Amino acid sequence: MDPGKSRDSAETARVMQFPNDVLERILSLIDSHRDRSAVSLVSKAWYNAERWTRRHVFIGNCYAVLPQIVARRFPNIRGVMLKGKPRFSDFNMVPPNWGADVHAWLAVFADQYPLLEELRLKRMTVTDESLKFLARKFRNFRALSLVSCDGFSTDGLEAIATDCRHLTELDIQENGIDDISGNWLSCFPENFTSLEVLNFASLSSDVNFDALERLVSQCKSLKILKVNKNITLEQLQRLLVRAPQLTELGTGSFLQELTAHQYVELERAFISCKNLHALSGLWEATTLYLPVLYPACTELTFLNLSYAALQSEELAKLVAHCPHLQRLWVLDTVEDVGLEAVASNCPLLEELRVFPADPYDQDINRGVTESGFLAVSLGCRKLHYVLYFCRQMTNAAVARIVQNCPGFTHFRLCIMKPGQPDYLTNEPMDEGFGAVVKTCTNLRRLGVSGLLTDLTFEYIGRYAKNLETLSVAFAEGSDRGMQCILDGCPKMRKLEIRDSPFGNVALLSGLEKYESMRSLWMSACKVTLSGCKLLARQRPRLNVEVMKDEVDDGQSYKVYVYRTLAGPRTDAPSFVCTL
Amino acid sequence: MEFREMERGVGDAVFEKDLLNLEETELRLGLPGSDESGQKKARNGKRPFSESSDVSGSSKGSCVAPHHDEDHESAPAPKAQIVGWPPVRSYRKSTLQPKKAEAEGPGIYVKVSVDGAPYLRKIDLKVYGGYPDLLKALENMFKLTIGDYSEREGYKGSEYAPTYEDKDGDWMLVGDVPWEMFMLSCKKLRIMKESEARGLGYCV
Repeated sequence: MDPGKSRDSAETARVMQFPNDVLERILSLIDSHRDRSAVSLVSKAWYNAERWTRRHVFIGNCYAVLPQIVARRFPNIRGVMLKGKPRFSDFNMVPPNWGADVHAWLAVFADQYPLLEELRLKRMTVTDESLKFLARKFRNFRALSLVSCDGFSTDGLEAIATDCRHLTELDIQENGIDDISGNWLSCFPENFTSLEVLNFASLSSDVNFDALERLVSQCKSLKILKVNKNITLEQLQRLLVRAPQLTELGTGSFLQELTAHQYVELERAFISCKNLHALSGLWEATTLYLPVLYPACTELTFLNLSYAALQSEELAKLVAHCPHLQRLWVLDTVEDVGLEAVASNCPLLEELRVFPADPYDQDINRGVTESGFLAVSLGCRKLHYVLYFCRQMTNAAVARIVQNCPGFTHFRLCIMKPGQPDYLTNEPMDEGFGAVVKTCTNLRRLGVSGLLTDLTFEYIGRYAKNLETLSVAFAEGSDRGMQCILDGCPKMRKLEIRDSPFGNVALLSGLEKYESMRSLWMSACKVTLSGCKLLARQRPRLNVEVMKDEVDDGQSYKVYVYRTLAGPRTDAPSFVCTL
Repeated sequence: MEFREMERGVGDAVFEKDLLNLEETELRLGLPGSDESGQKKARNGKRPFSESSDVSGSSKGSCVAPHHDEDHESAPAPKAQIVGWPPVRSYRKSTLQPKKAEAEGPGIYVKVSVDGAPYLRKIDLKVYGGYPDLLKALENMFKLTIGDYSEREGYKGSEYAPTYEDKDGDWMLVGDVPWEMFMLSCKKLRIMKESEARGLGYCV
């Protein structure tokens, strides 16, 4: 026998017999959730080693599993991320009090994870009571991130600031909350020094500036600071000189009458921030003060101008100083000319998001068009993530765009007028999106819009083999369209559809599919209650939740289907019926 | 989208009745449009603009159409907003229109005097979108013409020139600085007669 071969098989036998602590030591180096899931499927020994070594757990749908089950499987968790409501709740399509209250989870964690350090919530309901509970029960708590949550007020934040002695991160983003006062910031103890991340950009009430200044000077490890709109330029300057180590900055209002001396001081403050790689805020920024940013822009990789209604000239001048930009968010006030400047100046750009300054304005002559997008695709060959709101588009432009940038992973195109065709040919946008899925083989997320027929979805089903998330609105066609997606996209996880003619046949064609997906949303489609009931009956491991659409005459329903190990939820409000 | 608390009780009873009433929700697995219930439920899948709509905007689909009087041809039809469309998050919507948001705050009221007029007026600068709006409003208010602004020659060819007193107490010509800066520094307005302004070299 070949000595090499016998050594190999002996080796293999030894690996399989790894003592547990060695295996655990190795596995504890693995962070990725997907890798860990894969590891847990290898063998019973590996499953056990994995569950003991896991420190962070990610639950993509808080109703998919009970907190007790999570705690039983993973005894040593230090950080949890939870997502709650369906994504369309961001656009007011889910009534308040729908659910996703974090409290049931906190109660279990208080028992099972008293040493919990991190909690990251997205689209969950969090009450002040829950925040107070959190601050009281978890002595080791360090990082709180609340994105797109609701149900709490600044009172709850007071409890966090007062009682979490080791807080390193407080990240409050885009929540629908009761902003009573800025007093919470003054609740941090006098000698508090541990903060590394502070983001209160989306809160509107005034905080005590002296308290903020003191906090910033004391927290020497502060890396990320994003203040709200009420902080003036003068105040910003005072903060910056105390925190030149910042890597991410969100400014306050960028408009204030400054003396020449103050202007120079501000400029100097930005020059001293040598580690800035992300910049946001910039409310009301104009040509007046944008130049103070120029020195800080050379190393910028992320620039978020989505609160500053810049004109094309202003953007052009700014991006001329940002050669290393990788991610850019802007308002469509910059127009195509502004985007052309981006194309010329930012060759490393990977992500572009263009938001509409006036989403309800139907004036087709404002905002960005297909030529801006095309220009960026020509100048920025590394582009792979785009969110683009526009009022006109053509199939030809989309096809050329993906030809220039075949590496798209996220392609989210929103033609703002529902059902609008290619404005030059008057044809549906089928061929454009067809080109996207044919060319971009790594596509993971797709948002379609404009006039669409079944053909779009045939293309998606046939070519988008890596697609995980699909958003559809105001499409035309028939059940066949949705069937093509369900039959054809093996990696589909989240499917959200509104105002499209897909009915029970389409819904039921996914019988085999839904358990391999996280969720399905359908609103203002042709699905009826009996179709939903049939689905529910056939698939007990799915929750099929039906909400009555308030606006309509009672015929229209919103359907939310998701896989779950927890059975029908016990906290459903009266307007939600689990079939 | 308002959640109508008042109707909640009744609505729920009907909803539950729906579930029990199998006839109403009789399963039809035929092709869409091939049966009557498809017609009845046509509203579900109706797209805006696909019917000859009388409103400029959508009237079908899940939308909230404000009440409007069809006889009023002079008034533009209000845009019917579709719930949740375009998909822009609410926190973003309120910050995207800074002028409108600021309109909710206290106004910037300044006195306006016109040479030769017996009394002064007061206006709220926040109400105007920019210099053109402001000047037009002043022209209407005082029944005079101000003319066009140019950087080189001020308000040439007009009987009147608009000036303002800034924070330093200096009298400046309206239009030189960016609008936002003007709003911050304007203490009061004075519409000077050409004869007065000529002495200052602002009119030709």
